[in-house]
Amino acid sequence: MKNFLITLIIILIPFKSFGLIEVDITRGNLNPLPVAVSPLSINEESRKNFENILKKKNIGSEISSIVENNLKISGLFNPLNKDAFLQEPDIANLKPRFEDWNLIKAQALITGKVSYVEEKLRVEFRLWDVLAGKEMMALAFTTVPNNWRRVGHIITDKVYERLTGERGYFDTRIIYVAEEGPKTQRVKKLAIMDQDGANNKFLTLGNELVLTPRFNPTSQLVTYLSYFRNLPRVYLLDIETGTQEVVGDFPGMTFAPRFSPDGKKIIMSFAKDGNSEIYTMDLENRIVEKITNHPSIDTSPSYSPDGKFISFNSDRSGYQQIYVMKSDGSNVKRISFGKGIYGTPVWSPRGDLIAFTKLHKGKFYIGVMRTDGSGERLLTENFYQEAPSWSPNGRVLIFYRETKTDSRGEGFSAKLWSIDLTGYNERQVPTPTDGSDPSWSSLLSN
Amino acid sequence: MKLSKILKNGFLIAFACLALSACATSKKTTGQMQGDVYTGTDTVEYLASGVPDRVFFATNESVLTTASRETLRKQAAWLRKNSKITIVLEGHADERGTREYNLALGERRANAAKDYLMTYGISSDRISVLSYGKERPVDSGSNPLAWSKNRRSVTVKAN
Repeated sequence: MKNFLITLIIILIPFKSFGLIEVDITRGNLNPLPVAVSPLSINEESRKNFENILKKKNIGSEISSIVENNLKISGLFNPLNKDAFLQEPDIANLKPRFEDWNLIKAQALITGKVSYVEEKLRVEFRLWDVLAGKEMMALAFTTVPNNWRRVGHIITDKVYERLTGERGYFDTRIIYVAEEGPKTQRVKKLAIMDQDGANNKFLTLGNELVLTPRFNPTSQLVTYLSYFRNLPRVYLLDIETGTQEVVGDFPGMTFAPRFSPDGKKIIMSFAKDGNSEIYTMDLENRIVEKITNHPSIDTSPSYSPDGKFISFNSDRSGYQQIYVMKSDGSNVKRISFGKGIYGTPVWSPRGDLIAFTKLHKGKFYIGVMRTDGSGERLLTENFYQEAPSWSPNGRVLIFYRETKTDSRGEGFSAKLWSIDLTGYNERQVPTPTDGSDPSWSSLLSN
Repeated sequence: MKLSKILKNGFLIAFACLALSACATSKKTTGQMQGDVYTGTDTVEYLASGVPDRVFFATNESVLTTASRETLRKQAAWLRKNSKITIVLEGHADERGTREYNLALGERRANAAKDYLMTYGISSDRISVLSYGKERPVDSGSNPLAWSKNRRSVTVKAN
């Protein structure tokens, strides 16, 4: 973990922002903001040093490409083609000729410089409002060279925050289930990658079935379901050390785990004698509490971000519907009343919405509703998709979708997809194999 | 106690059917399905001669059909004759449901089979239950017939 820490050394307070560019992210954005990402300038000596260490010819350009790609996948920005840039990166970073950038229709400009200082990577960057001809932000930080991809993500987060007024979500990771093989004998492994699909790493070997990994919001722990020795149980995995332990070792099946918002408890289902109930386990003292008590199936629990409420799904009405209760199990209220069946409720980190999977007339939908069930909005429809997970700023959902791979409707492929809360900007998230059950981490740097 | 739970589940589902009116009325036999319960033998294996290893369920249900009860009575008779054998009941669901709910549903189906075997004199010590939800279909197709084959509880010899 140590070498992941990035020290912010200089923060130049930005100019007051009245009248400068703003990006509204509450609506579907059909006119993404044209932004020029000038490659980070680098001197020859630093370039050679980084080339030796990182095997990248020009680390300045590499970092800029990460920023550009992030801005593009956000759907809010339109990074302009570098071939049209008139000004050299080093000069642009000192004093941009705004009329040149204006000419290529850039409204925002990102410039910067990367250098090799005492075996570390030092980066400074600036965000400029081209029309107003003003600097909006200037930041610098130092880290170990191996963190170069994260440098690109952190720059994007800062730019996104400055322009939208919301926290970013780029310096984050996704844990998911990597899948291969025929449907009847699917091999599943835990895998983790950066939010943009880079640095993919498999965390289990595929010897046993694993499902539904979920990040702890406050640490590098993951909880998931493993069929190790054919005993489906909830496990805890420390991503840094690789240590795994069973936490739901009850005489039956434990499944559907998630962390509480403070990361101190796991909430999960425990199935025994044909009945699934919701339980919590305190990770410090291992005290177990039973939360629901009903002969129906109660599963897929998810806490509200303040920890006071739990949403879950239950078939106590005859079919799967979404319910909300107080975190002690009292005041159970059904909130989904639309046509179809509802599952996998997940509370937004902003607290105001619950994302869900809905099945109606043979189609699967990912949607959101307010926490009292009002304002249901379906974001995407498909043959089969489920399991939304929120970006840490509550603006984007990641989920997985299965599609048929041939014209006869046979064969299948499972991929991760993301979509903005607005219902716009649906895109596939690249994974080296098939993937399912994604879970988005919190911001790594704060 | 067990029986009361079966009854309770039965009521729950009967109630749901009433509410949906169409659900119970139009059970016609078409090819390998009655209603939407699989009645064919394509995927069935045998624990012994004349003892099928699996029972099938209607969508979203864990109620045993008449045919399922007959199969389970055969299994119970075979288990009584072979008193050293222990079994795992593997409960499964089709792909038309969310993953976690289907894990619970598979567990409920396997337990419906377990409860029935127990009423025919098989000790719970000899039976363990394992739900795979929708993770291990026998038929990878995405059509009503494939789904009906996948909604099942399979009795597997454990020793």
